[in-house]
Amino acid sequence: MKNILIFLLIGIIGGIIGGMGMGGGTLLIPLLTLFTDTPQHVAQAINLVAFIPMSAVALFIHAKNKLLDCKYLLWVALPAVAASIPASLLVKRIAGKSLSRYFGIFLAVLGVYQLVSLIVSKIKEYKEKQKNDKISLYKTVYK
Amino acid sequence: MRFDTKTVVLRKTGDKNLKKGTERAVKIGGGLLIGLVNGFFGGGGGMLCVPLLEKVLHEPTKKAHATAILVILPISIASAVTYLINGYFSLFGTLTTGIGVIAGGTVGALLLKKLPSFAVGIIFALMMIGVGLRMALV
Repeated sequence: MKNILIFLLIGIIGGIIGGMGMGGGTLLIPLLTLFTDTPQHVAQAINLVAFIPMSAVALFIHAKNKLLDCKYLLWVALPAVAASIPASLLVKRIAGKSLSRYFGIFLAVLGVYQLVSLIVSKIKEYKEKQKNDKISLYKTVYK
Repeated sequence: MRFDTKTVVLRKTGDKNLKKGTERAVKIGGGLLIGLVNGFFGGGGGMLCVPLLEKVLHEPTKKAHATAILVILPISIASAVTYLINGYFSLFGTLTTGIGVIAGGTVGALLLKKLPSFAVGIIFALMMIGVGLRMALV
């Protein structure tokens, strides 16, 4: 029973972040391997399967909010599907421990990227604001 | 003369120097990379798809986040089937996590109307680095 609650809770956390398009799966997988005894390969499979109904719900809401653009299906999604199948087959040849390590490295790299891009955009925003402040100052002085 | 700002629609149509062929190559290349990563790690393709749509193809932030899900869905179906065929599956884990994910996913999608704040983003990034290093080093 306690086990069910842990899985549920992990799902809810991953779902919220995934629904926001922030990469819930990248969090769901390590939560599963760290807090339950799910092997890395199975955790990845769970994430893939769980993503399908979740994204259907999320897509429905996003479509209502008119946030979807279907023009990327042909040139981005199609090659992506083609590449994903050999990649999924390759996983079978890799031991759980190594796969977990690679996943960790991937996660850390993504985290660093996110951190840097957030800080860079914040600095840009700040500079823009300063510039606008100066312009409005000039406008008030040279009215 | 009155100047109605509402009639002036400023649209970012993407980098004009980026020719159509180049743009197409970028899309295909990005798609291949997203597919490889998402298939190999069973997720994470969205984290590459969002910056591709937002930073490279100049889609607005919210639209990029939402459209990324649209791109990842077919990949996830294809990869999920491949994983299942290879025998990686847990009915109990999938059902329990899946119910949580659906509930959480609905909340998350509704929250996207408001974008995650700077602080949330930073916390999330630090968490990823921490968890990632733990997995890589232990």
